[in-house]
Amino acid sequence: MKNAETATTIDYEQIGLKVGIEIHQQLDTFNKLFCGCPTVLRDNEESCMEFSRFLKVTKSEMGEEDVAAREEVARSRKYVYLFYDTTCLVEADEEPPSELNLEALKVAVEIALLLHMRPVDEVHTMRKIVVDGSNTSGFQRTALVAMDGYIETEDGRVGIDTLCLEEEAAQKVEEKRGVVVYSLDRLGIPLVEIGTAPDIRTPHQAKQVAAKLGMILRSTEKIKRGLGTIRQDVNVSIRDGARVEIKGVQELELLDTIVENEVMRQINLLAIRDELKKRGAWVDKTVYDVTDIFADTQSKVLKKGLKQGRALASVLKRFSGLVGKEIQPERRFGSELADIAKLFGLGGIFHTDELPAYGISIEEVARLRDKVNADENDCIILIVGEENRAKNALERILKRAEYALEGVPEETRKALENGSTAYLRPLPGAARMYPETDVPPVQISGEFLKSIKLPELIDDRIERFKKEYGLNDELATVMARSSRHRLFEELVRDGHSPPLVVRILEMVLPSLEKEGINVISITDKHFKMVFNLLKSGKIAKEGIDEVLKVIAERPDITESDLNEIVSGVDVTEIEKFIKKLVQSKEEFIRDRKERAFSPLMGLVMKEFRGKVDGKVISELLRKEIQTLLNDR
Amino acid sequence: MLGKRVRVKRGENVYEGIVMPSTTGTFVLKLDSGYNIGLSSYDEVEVVEEQQESIKTKLEIPHVKGKPEVSIISTGGTIASKVDYRTGAVSSQFTAEEIVSEVPEIMNFCNVRAKLLYNILSENMKPDYWRELARNIYKDIQDGAYGIIVTHGTDTLAYTSSAISFMVSTPVPVVFVGAQRSSDRPSSDNVVNLVCSASTAVSDIGEVVVVMHGSTSDDFCYIHRAVRVRKNHTSRRDAFQTVNDFPIGVVSYPSGSISYQNDFISRGERKLELKDTLEEKCTLIKFFPGLDPDIIRFFYDRGYRGFVIEGTGLGHVSSDWIEVLREISDDSLITMTSQCINGRVCDRVYDTGRDLLKAGVIEGEDMLSETALIKTMWLLGNYELDDAKKMMKKNLVGEFRTRTGWYSEKC
Ligand SMILES: [Zn+2]
Repeated sequence: MKNAETATTIDYEQIGLKVGIEIHQQLDTFNKLFCGCPTVLRDNEESCMEFSRFLKVTKSEMGEEDVAAREEVARSRKYVYLFYDTTCLVEADEEPPSELNLEALKVAVEIALLLHMRPVDEVHTMRKIVVDGSNTSGFQRTALVAMDGYIETEDGRVGIDTLCLEEEAAQKVEEKRGVVVYSLDRLGIPLVEIGTAPDIRTPHQAKQVAAKLGMILRSTEKIKRGLGTIRQDVNVSIRDGARVEIKGVQELELLDTIVENEVMRQINLLAIRDELKKRGAWVDKTVYDVTDIFADTQSKVLKKGLKQGRALASVLKRFSGLVGKEIQPERRFGSELADIAKLFGLGGIFHTDELPAYGISIEEVARLRDKVNADENDCIILIVGEENRAKNALERILKRAEYALEGVPEETRKALENGSTAYLRPLPGAARMYPETDVPPVQISGEFLKSIKLPELIDDRIERFKKEYGLNDELATVMARSSRHRLFEELVRDGHSPPLVVRILEMVLPSLEKEGINVISITDKHFKMVFNLLKSGKIAKEGIDEVLKVIAERPDITESDLNEIVSGVDVTEIEKFIKKLVQSKEEFIRDRKERAFSPLMGLVMKEFRGKVDGKVISELLRKEIQTLLNDR
Repeated sequence: MLGKRVRVKRGENVYEGIVMPSTTGTFVLKLDSGYNIGLSSYDEVEVVEEQQESIKTKLEIPHVKGKPEVSIISTGGTIASKVDYRTGAVSSQFTAEEIVSEVPEIMNFCNVRAKLLYNILSENMKPDYWRELARNIYKDIQDGAYGIIVTHGTDTLAYTSSAISFMVSTPVPVVFVGAQRSSDRPSSDNVVNLVCSASTAVSDIGEVVVVMHGSTSDDFCYIHRAVRVRKNHTSRRDAFQTVNDFPIGVVSYPSGSISYQNDFISRGERKLELKDTLEEKCTLIKFFPGLDPDIIRFFYDRGYRGFVIEGTGLGHVSSDWIEVLREISDDSLITMTSQCINGRVCDRVYDTGRDLLKAGVIEGEDMLSETALIKTMWLLGNYELDDAKKMMKKNLVGEFRTRTGWYSEKC
């Protein structure tokens, strides 16, 4: 069997790669989507009340495959919710929702129009069943707002199928045995879900699409920024492989890696399939109770598992070596099986491709092989825990192992930090949705559409800033992306130098922030004051740092007060200072001639930095030195 | 075109889906993704497929040997319902099989017989329905039911349960239960409420009770005495509260174990008896400043002889009401309750009160106004006025107490 393929050697066209992306972006609206609560996140410690619920899970609400697993876990799983003084009975599922937030709908339609989509005439809010507890109601409220758009990329046009407006789920805080804790602050924040068609053909293009969608979303200036406010799901399939949905990609930078790794995983799973077929491998579905073999085991993890139940084992005939085979960075085929065990609330699995290890001895492995009639060509799967749970998990694992002979299963996976993925659940069925009767439909009228003004795209603004203001690519990009781009243009219109304005707004300010200065209190008004002072020569460029520091401390300062503080020195005072200095250093100057300038300049600047333009000082100083040197 | 699968052309766009009912006049389609969208105009519609057939699954429930038989009577207010995700339609479930398939935990406590008595919104309830319900409960108990569960919409649940309390003298638990979150939602409180009801229906209690969520959490239910309970919140799960008393007990969820907090009539303590006549010409009037006493005359002239007046504070109305009350009290049953809800009526403190008593008004003690109304209807329906007046002052089924406790958590 050949080694794992590496991403760079793959011809994506040849393997028939198809990728679609789904982006979830939180909107920065004043209120939540279905209640009057603010869209602010809280510290969990600030929670003023908590309550607990169960969710009713019926078979029709789960994927066929994992009914056993999920029913067992879901029906007995307790959810604890943290409530705040910024959440209300709607988040607690104790009051009907209010009507759809029109501010959010407007942003959603604005984004749809930027993506060349056609809005529906009437928006219907639906209940999408979600039984993991992340929605107190057991469903997510979601509405399809627009369809059939597109974006252009370097590698061609990519269709945008749908744009939905929906409520964000509650944030998971922790998961203990059988109890999941969620925080209600995030529940109900408006979110747009944008789904592309499976038109993307390379990992690189996937990243391009995500980047472009991100740019368009940011152009509206009505979205939340920062960690967790945007999530990407990626659908990946290759020919002979299967459609796999990867959830929760937080980092845009990882997107191409994740697609590459998934392609690799599918190729490797297909290679495993071919090898298994060649070997004539099969799965022996007998479940052996092997608890007695480990009665005196030294393995801590095994001991811990046995305290709660039994050790069960089954044999994958002629699978030897393949369960331990790496199919993605740091992920083996065995990891896929362990993922399933974890879904059942078990720690994981052991398999003989990696044993002896974890304190399990050679002798124990030999006795295990003996007991389950396995030889060196076989791989034994060992699982410990509460008997019923372990049995159900093992049965499900054997089913998955058997599927290895067929190829790649369709499934939902979750993104891991290193760009690999782990099994999450089967692909959800499509139609677990019904109307949210508590929320009336909303018309998208011509008038509503007319009230929407499309913003300039950030990419367009970068080009314009280069052309109109002669900014280089770097400065134009920084400025066009900034929330202060309007202020920039205003200041430039007032006659200030564009690069200087960019430097102050986008470089000086962040560096002050790094110093711990409270820059949030510095507003547009303040910047205008500073630039006025600069224009009238009352402060020097070099002095802007100091002036901004003064403003940060006294945000209510008036322009004339500021003027007084910064221009407490007039030029005659500087002249006096320089004359005195030059006289006192006469010998030094006569000795060094013009080279005396720099050290002296340093001394003067030390005294007047920020109060007078450095150029003025240097001229005065030069003149004075020259006068002295001329005066023999 | 309802229910048909169609393809709709609208400009460059084509939509395919099932035609759904619309409340706004737009053309509503359910797409394959499950989403509904509304279109106000389209160029072309083509039917792709005729009516979608609904899939029916056969349900069966096992009979658990040795578990008692409990009768579930549905009056509407969907305690169990199922959603068809293809059409989005919600259908109510009323058979025992359907209820048990929704809440299989019930089987831990009892076997179930189920009956759909009527399917109406609780706000549309009428005394006629109460009578019919009383007769059905009576019959089920006669037929050997070990306990009765009545599912009911929450709005007027407490009126119905009060009425049954007076009409049926029961030797077994008669448990009223509802849901504040509709049963088509995964978060419905119906599971907890039904499980706790099932446990209560096989308990040692022999009276009419209401079992509903005790807190916003899914951790326990209260067993409320039917004549003492009130819906005190429009939407919360724990809307039902016992007023001026302790609840009879607490049922833990999911265990179903009961701890009692109050005295109660035990199973088998009373003989089964039915007195199902009600005088419907009774009224409940909430007094407010400036309300014209003619309102009393208005009802009296129309033949009303039962009056519950929800007075202010200790049980007062304006002194210009005294005269008309004196005029009608000889052939009317007039009872005073308080809009304070909490506390006891006492008309011996102020002059107005003393005048009301002299005029023939009966103090309703610490009775709920709604309960006093039902009691008035039942007394006038079954007894002579003189006896009714005497019985109004007597505690019959736990509707009032003669001493008022503190009723806090600790004492
Ligand atoms: Zn809220």
